[in-house]
Amino acid sequence: MLLLLRRLVACLFVCVSLALPASAQQSDTPIQLLLQQFGPEIQKSSRKSIGPAIDALANSGLPDAQVVLERWQAKDMWFEKETGLFVFGAKADGGALTLFDVAGGLEIGTAPRKSYKQLKPNSGIRGMIASALVQFQLNDPDPVTRQRALTAIERDAEATHLAALRASIDVETDAALKARKARLERLLTIRFAEEDAERIAAIEGFSGDLSVDLRAALNPLVQTRLDVAQSLPEGAMPVDVGEGLSPDAAYALLTAQNLAPPRTDPDMLRAALIENIDGDQIAGIQVATLDTDDARAAVYATLAQSGAVPPLVTDEDVATTLERFVFFEAFVGAPVPVALAAQTALKDIEAKLAMSQTVDLALDGLSLASIYFLAAIGLAITFGVMGVINMAHGEFIMMGAYTGYVVQLFVPDYTLSILLAIPLAFAVTFAAGVVMERLVIRWLYHRPLETLLATFGVSIALQQLAKNIFGTQARPLTAPGWLDGSLVINDVIAISYIRIAIFVLALIFLALFLFVMNRTRLGLEVRAATQNPRMAASMGINPDRINMLTFGFGSGIAGIAGVAIGLYAKVTSEMGADYIVQSFMTVVVGGVGNIWGTLLGATLVGTLQKGIEWLNPSNTLAAQTYMILFIILFIQFRPRGIIALKGRAAEA
Amino acid sequence: MTDLALTPPRRAFVLRHPSAVIFIGILALFTIGVTVLAEGFGIGVISTSFVKTLGKTLCLCLVALAMDLVWGYCGILSLGHMAFFGIGGYAIGMWLMYARTEIIVQTSLAAAPLPPTPQEISDGIAAQIFGVVGASEFPPIWAFAHSLPLQLAAVVLVPGLLALVFGWLAFRSRVTGVYLSILTQAMTLALSLYLFQNDSGLRGNNGLSGLQNLPGQGDVPQSTISILFFWASALALGLGYLMCAWVVSGKFGSVIRAIRDDEARVRFLGYSVEAYKLFIFTITAVIAGIAGALYYPQAGIINPAEIAPIASIYLAVWVAIGGRGRLYGAVIGAAFVSLLSTWFTGGQAPDINLGVYTVQWVDWWTILLGLSFVGVTLFAPRGIGGLFDLVAARRMPNRHGQDLGPDAGALREKEADR
Repeated sequence: MLLLLRRLVACLFVCVSLALPASAQQSDTPIQLLLQQFGPEIQKSSRKSIGPAIDALANSGLPDAQVVLERWQAKDMWFEKETGLFVFGAKADGGALTLFDVAGGLEIGTAPRKSYKQLKPNSGIRGMIASALVQFQLNDPDPVTRQRALTAIERDAEATHLAALRASIDVETDAALKARKARLERLLTIRFAEEDAERIAAIEGFSGDLSVDLRAALNPLVQTRLDVAQSLPEGAMPVDVGEGLSPDAAYALLTAQNLAPPRTDPDMLRAALIENIDGDQIAGIQVATLDTDDARAAVYATLAQSGAVPPLVTDEDVATTLERFVFFEAFVGAPVPVALAAQTALKDIEAKLAMSQTVDLALDGLSLASIYFLAAIGLAITFGVMGVINMAHGEFIMMGAYTGYVVQLFVPDYTLSILLAIPLAFAVTFAAGVVMERLVIRWLYHRPLETLLATFGVSIALQQLAKNIFGTQARPLTAPGWLDGSLVINDVIAISYIRIAIFVLALIFLALFLFVMNRTRLGLEVRAATQNPRMAASMGINPDRINMLTFGFGSGIAGIAGVAIGLYAKVTSEMGADYIVQSFMTVVVGGVGNIWGTLLGATLVGTLQKGIEWLNPSNTLAAQTYMILFIILFIQFRPRGIIALKGRAAEA
Repeated sequence: MTDLALTPPRRAFVLRHPSAVIFIGILALFTIGVTVLAEGFGIGVISTSFVKTLGKTLCLCLVALAMDLVWGYCGILSLGHMAFFGIGGYAIGMWLMYARTEIIVQTSLAAAPLPPTPQEISDGIAAQIFGVVGASEFPPIWAFAHSLPLQLAAVVLVPGLLALVFGWLAFRSRVTGVYLSILTQAMTLALSLYLFQNDSGLRGNNGLSGLQNLPGQGDVPQSTISILFFWASALALGLGYLMCAWVVSGKFGSVIRAIRDDEARVRFLGYSVEAYKLFIFTITAVIAGIAGALYYPQAGIINPAEIAPIASIYLAVWVAIGGRGRLYGAVIGAAFVSLLSTWFTGGQAPDINLGVYTVQWVDWWTILLGLSFVGVTLFAPRGIGGLFDLVAARRMPNRHGQDLGPDAGALREKEADR
């Protein structure tokens, strides 16, 4: 509406001005006078000298200042070569220029372009203009512009913004923007306010806040510099040599400030000796004998006595020199009281951060635990319940993940493809499990070591087969859009939706396992057949069929786990092998034959691994190494796992 | 003196182990044959690289012997013996790399105006060796790398001690069967993951390289070095075979076979099962370490991937295919499968054109190996070595009853009943 009105007015003025002669440019408007005052600087357009001109325009309080700055930035300003008067210009046909007044923006006719020169501010100047413009934009009627101005200040604040920001808070109508402005005002107060008391009050006002921008505002305030002097200046914190500062570093500081001669390090010593080689001798000593540090130091001392080289600075010299000076840390970012307030605030923040980080670490551990649980739950069935060592379990996980990948090749919609992939992965790996059970495992039920070997063979073959079909590079399994992003609780605690989904999936599997084992006929028969196959057989249960179905069920769950793990990590032919040892560890640590044990085992392994990673960051290899060592030791003390079966079930 | 009459007279070692005599004979003939045909001292029909392949195969046969002793005879399916093999390789590799770099550094520093101090030489060697992992100082683990005798001792002691500690922990808490297999696999995985780190002090995944060059022997041609290592490997294999044959003979051998067949019964008879198992586990780890120390100078490079659990699984595959529970079976399996594997993966095997698809053996060999492994486990538990029984069985009287000797693999009596 406003825009329409403006255009209407502009149109009207254009109609009026057409009647006027071209020379009606006014040279005595306040804005033109101000521009003329800085005429040479503006025409020169140099980043070094333009500052005062922009500041004067921005702070002039003239209604036209904003428009002038904006059009200058947009390279719309021209000046007349003869008079130096500034106008807005628009290129017209035939080498002409349509002129507009800088005051009011009215068209004042056309003129040949030759007699005018365009102002072309470079990107540096345009940036300066932009930051000057920010204060105008803070009061812009358009909320989007105001928001953008706030973002610009947040990114790159200047001392001048503070006053403009303060002025704009009271007139702000949008509640959200007002709150944001108020917060930004306090941040800028911390950084730029002149009164120390004001800054301290602002710092204290933020207590309890953990945000990154606050930390960014506070951190420069508490910056210190290590310095040295004969006596301790006021407000500086002394640093003891030997405790907070190594003697070498302290002496290096002295050398850097030319307060002491540089230490004679082995390189300098060698260089000095080489310089003084005289035939095959140095100071009368044979060069060939100088193959120890002591011999070299002795020769150097001789040279120093004769004055050929600077005297040797020994450890004793260093110690006596250091005693003459005091080393201290001095705040360089802010006056001492402000710095101290900032330090207290930062300490407070750090304590709270540590707590949040612990929570975050626990969440990370939990999500890793749910991945291990997913990988291990199939094993908990085939290994835990049936006692079959299936080393190809990892390859079933991989088959599930590749099934998901192939489904995505045919079904482009990610949500639909995942929903399709889960039952398909179950079907594929169920079938693979049944085939393997029929062909291989059932002949080896009483020979566990041979089962292990035969399934190794299958594992090697399946892995190579996947390599032959899909190649060695990693294949993506893309999660649907609604699983992108993460749940942000505060600036530290965040957990991605995929991890939450995997966690939920793990819980669903736990429930499914418990339901099938405890509440269905199949579960009853499985438990019967594993506890006492002969008795179960005489009760009319067909152990062959039960074994086949149970093995298929465990393998099928591995397939679904494969889809979930594929979403979280890349799909490669080796992905199963990466999980197989950890999966077996999880089952063994938890206690074979008990799903709750597997759950506990996964939690233990997952959180412990994250904990070790935290102690030794950016080194997951070491974390895995120590994790495995821990498990080996753990099995020493509880060979049957956390939850050991007792009674008859244990002997079955 | 009357006791003597009661104990049956002990026969000579060779008579008790006819296979050892035959094996040593064949090995000697093979060694002489290769020497005559190779470039180093013979007529040069066989290339140096093939001599190295044969020498490496002999080392693999030696580690397979160790695997057979611990698995085929004692029933411990260890998936960690290739880790001990790798440790042996690393131990000798450290000296080879240190000594060779020392010569290079000394040569380059000799041109400097001042004679180098020991510290300068050591710094120069460290910078040369650890430059690739961004370090320039010797980690503590290299403290003995300058000394060949100490590193040779490490070849024996480090795998031995590791096996002793690990075995003691595992056996005393009665971890047996598949649990022990998984535990040894975890140990191997932990070791290889540790070595993959750059700050492990062993150059991370770069491993140790240039091991084929013997320090100070720059003017000896590789053809000669290769045949020397071939002889050393053959000697080690021969001695290893004799030692294994000696260990599995007599009462000691009977006890370890009994442990394999029924551990609980041996324990109830009053034997210290743990001590026997620990001895076998440690001694085989030492043999594996020695085999590795001979293997890697011929291979020229060692890196943590060589220690990965899959290597130990392949070792079990060789022994199973060759026929476990008989020493010559392990040797046959290792030689047969590793040479076949070299042939297939080396791209020398002819592709099979099926019309719609060409089977390239580089890709399909592993699948064939995996499946044949399944087949051997299911249908021929005696492996290739079982073929010899066809000959031997013709002369044996049929004694009926369950055959639970070494030739029946790891079958237990109750299993054989079914």
